[in-house]
Amino acid sequence: MQVPRYWREIPKRYRLEAAQCKKCHNISFPEKFSCPECGSQDFKTIKLSGKGKISTHTIIRIAPEGFNDQVPYGMGIIEMDEGPRIMAQITDCDPEKLKTGDRMIYQFRRIREDGSTGVIMYAYKFVPDVGI
Amino acid sequence: MTGIVGYGTKIPRYRIKVEEIAKVWGADAPTYKRGLNLNEKSVPAPDEDCATLSVNAALNALKRAEIDPADIGAVYVGSESHPYAVKPTGTIVSEAIGACPYVHTADLEFACKAGTEGMFIALNLVKSGAVPYALAIGADTSQGAPGDALEYSAAAGAAAFIMGTDNLIAELKDTHCFMTDTPDFWRREYKHYPEHGGRFTGAPAYFKHVTGAVDAILGKTNMKPDDFKYVIFHQPNGKFPVLVAKKLGFTEQQYLPGLLSPTLGNTYSGSSPMGFAATLDIAMPGELILLISYGSGAGSDAFIFETTKRIEEVRDRAPKLKTQLDEHKIYIEYGTYAKFRKKILVPN
Repeated sequence: MQVPRYWREIPKRYRLEAAQCKKCHNISFPEKFSCPECGSQDFKTIKLSGKGKISTHTIIRIAPEGFNDQVPYGMGIIEMDEGPRIMAQITDCDPEKLKTGDRMIYQFRRIREDGSTGVIMYAYKFVPDVGI
Repeated sequence: MTGIVGYGTKIPRYRIKVEEIAKVWGADAPTYKRGLNLNEKSVPAPDEDCATLSVNAALNALKRAEIDPADIGAVYVGSESHPYAVKPTGTIVSEAIGACPYVHTADLEFACKAGTEGMFIALNLVKSGAVPYALAIGADTSQGAPGDALEYSAAAGAAAFIMGTDNLIAELKDTHCFMTDTPDFWRREYKHYPEHGGRFTGAPAYFKHVTGAVDAILGKTNMKPDDFKYVIFHQPNGKFPVLVAKKLGFTEQQYLPGLLSPTLGNTYSGSSPMGFAATLDIAMPGELILLISYGSGAGSDAFIFETTKRIEEVRDRAPKLKTQLDEHKIYIEYGTYAKFRKKILVPN
């Protein structure tokens, strides 16, 4: 990933910033040019709570470059309590034990690095919400 | 009044037992367990580092502080495992918690004392009125060379404290520092693992500086060990803090709640701050707590805090340290540990 793109996406990748339509209150993550529900282009920025549940998931055993040291790991669509669905890596768990409906919570994690000399990229991941 | 308005911690879920490390190097595990009072240590996941532990601890501190992160005017991250050689960890933390852009940030380094260095600066900055709130973090994903005695203790964890002047959970009563140039532990530039002076890290280093800081702050405040409900020392292992506590006249009831190293290991810059957080998790209003760090090189910072009524209101708003330490642990064997800590040579 190019550094400028990584930098542009920091608000949503670090802080789960989403866009809420001022007209119909629908929440989009990531932000959209116009609201998929009503077409309005008038939004306010809100921060998602970071809590949600697994909508669906899979287990990655053959990982893309930069993720080989983490296999097998979970990859899922997390339905946030505010409504938006986010595709994210599920970490800190046995992926074989994950199931639809499991409660998940945001964690700030290292995603990948651009080789041994490049930038280190951070973003959201999700972990089972076990109260730690 | 100046003090703490919120605190939070983060411990990785992974653990490795002393027996598992000793087995690989042909060492006698009972000797290490008995000699250093160590049983197991935390291990960071491959996607955890000083920055992620700092952010996740700081977010827990914000849950207890209940302030707007944009009001935090300073962020200091103390660590000896900052992810970059040149590029601040503090900017990553500030951005992730929502403190940017009107915030002063610095990364600090003083072996295991970097966390309390940040606390010292943050407390004095809010005391001066320069900023309404200041965040100080001690975090490390420390590395010991394979087979070295340090490998049994070098662990990972973070503690974050938000300092302010109102709605305090613990009021700062006094501070004192004790510092000399004592080369007991170091890591040269471009080197992956630190070097240490073996037994030289004891009497002229840890014990001299910790004792010096405690004697100085007790003398300054005209207080004595039994004036305190709790005391927390830096914990390079499970043996040194117990020895120094007894030498200084503190009892088991005073130091045990903050003694984490037997099952956590040494989280370096996070070590005494995490012991302090574990103590805040159980302290009642109006109790005096003495915190003493130690950083090789060498120096100790001493702090006296008195808890307030608000401590009881906020402690359940974020995970307690003992919950993070004792529950939902994932044990790994040495091979996985070596992979997680990037001790195995792999092609690009």
